[in-house]
Amino acid sequence: MITDSLQALARALATKEVSSVELTRQYLERIARHNPQLNAFISVDEANSLAQAGAADARLARGEGGPLTGIPIAHKDIFCAQGWLTTCGSKMLNNFVSPYDAAVIERFKRAGAVLLGKTNMDEFAMGSSNETSFYGPVKNPWNADCVPGGSSGGSAAAVAAGLTPAATGTDTGGSIRQPAALCNLTGMKPTYGLVSRYGMIAFASSLDQAGPLARSAADCALLLNAMAGFDERDSTSLERPREDYGQALTAAAGDRPLAGLKIGLPAEFFDQGCSPEVMQLVEAAIAEYRRLGAETVAVSLPSMQLSVAAYYVIAPAEASSNLARFDGVRYGYRAPAYHDLNDMYSKSRAQGFGAEVKRRILIGTYVLSHGYYDAYYLQAQRIRRLIAKDFAHAFQHCDVILGPTSPSTAFKLGEKAADPVQMYLSDIYTIAVNLAGLPALSIPCGFAGGLPAGLQLIGDYFTESRLLNVAHRYQQTSNWHLQRPAGFD
Amino acid sequence: MSLTLEQVHRVAHLARIEISDGEAQNTLGQLNEIFSLIEAMQAVDTQGVEPMAHAQDVAQRLRADRVTEPGRIDQRSAFQEVAPETEAGLYLVPKVIE
Repeated sequence: MITDSLQALARALATKEVSSVELTRQYLERIARHNPQLNAFISVDEANSLAQAGAADARLARGEGGPLTGIPIAHKDIFCAQGWLTTCGSKMLNNFVSPYDAAVIERFKRAGAVLLGKTNMDEFAMGSSNETSFYGPVKNPWNADCVPGGSSGGSAAAVAAGLTPAATGTDTGGSIRQPAALCNLTGMKPTYGLVSRYGMIAFASSLDQAGPLARSAADCALLLNAMAGFDERDSTSLERPREDYGQALTAAAGDRPLAGLKIGLPAEFFDQGCSPEVMQLVEAAIAEYRRLGAETVAVSLPSMQLSVAAYYVIAPAEASSNLARFDGVRYGYRAPAYHDLNDMYSKSRAQGFGAEVKRRILIGTYVLSHGYYDAYYLQAQRIRRLIAKDFAHAFQHCDVILGPTSPSTAFKLGEKAADPVQMYLSDIYTIAVNLAGLPALSIPCGFAGGLPAGLQLIGDYFTESRLLNVAHRYQQTSNWHLQRPAGFD
Repeated sequence: MSLTLEQVHRVAHLARIEISDGEAQNTLGQLNEIFSLIEAMQAVDTQGVEPMAHAQDVAQRLRADRVTEPGRIDQRSAFQEVAPETEAGLYLVPKVIE
């Protein structure tokens, strides 16, 4: 059952082959067995999850189930869930039991999915390796000496090891796509504004976007159907007609299902220091896409090389503002001893935040401070415009853009932890997408040295259905996404 | 460009994060490395380019000024349950006015 697709699980639940309680119990047992080794979960609440499963079984018995009713889903610990500890990977929120549900949690509840647990993550989603978590690093199920990627590293490790059928993540600079690549999963960052940010603890508000992490494009389509939708409580939520993201996937197709599709290959993705092993796998995937009928065209994203620089101004600037709310007054950590109000703020924040979070708050505070705003923040926003224009220009010549997700396979725990700049550069292929606000996904495209590599597909605004279909057609003729790590049967 | 130790202390003060001299020294080196990455931006001529704050060019929505969560108005106790220190429905902080 742990290798079943979400659709197969829904069928098994509908035909009473298995109950949601049985299914949920099976996953809880797997978490109990494997999580001590992986550290993928921060919170598990068996009684709570089983009660939800019981309610889902009752709903299924009444014939009122939907495609996700009764299916256990793990959520990144960045989503507030009522009655659940919601830490965002930080000591600052080590005692925060959320009094309300995030929109994403609400929507999965409404769909009848079971909240299986809250997954580990880089502190406040700031990291690319899951090593900045207050709750300790997550191990990659493919190799316990390696990182699972980040910041949604717990979600990725949990799905890869079969501790949950699927999970949610958030992606500010690659935090869904990079861990998907490093753990052999399919992970999607939707168009900015498609999924409500309400109740999703803010890192960089103009970049943050929630999305699914699962084992196939078809599973991601089902999850996105549940997640996407207008929410008036998020001021940047977009009003769009409802869409079935899985519809295109079921259309009949011959040997060349992608005939007519133009895939753009940006020079900048193919000459920027990607490891040769990963590049070889990406090239093989391109050849497979040509067999599926797609045509490839050369495109260029000349400003992309500036994306890391612009990102490390914009994201810390927004973070320094968003994280100002953690002051030890209304929620979260308060220092045990202090002598006045300012001292209470300064000590609570010094003790409650980890090193990477503090570093980014300081960068953000500096670039927004008097005399530096134009040189940094405004300049970064202008470069952001240039990057978005590059994409707009490229999409005049192609339907999707293809390249590697990450320049390497999973790196070793500790390898980049002491060198922030090296860590930042590992997101070179994913960051530009967030700055432009575009949808993108990562799919498995093979293995190098026993570790998975990811292929990134980027689409124009609101082309999630097409992206998922392009990923799905590849997954129908390849079996990389079906490979599972040893030791988790 | 290079930050000074004094600037690190100043920024830490603005951000309300207590920082020791040793930490500030360590942070200074890291911030300077990060800023040397960021400096790549300065070589680009962006004259006439409109700054982009957001991916979607949409205006803020307006709504009627009325209660939108009927039945969920009094959530004070639920929200204060997670506060470090409260009394009689108020958040307690150190005295700020003598």
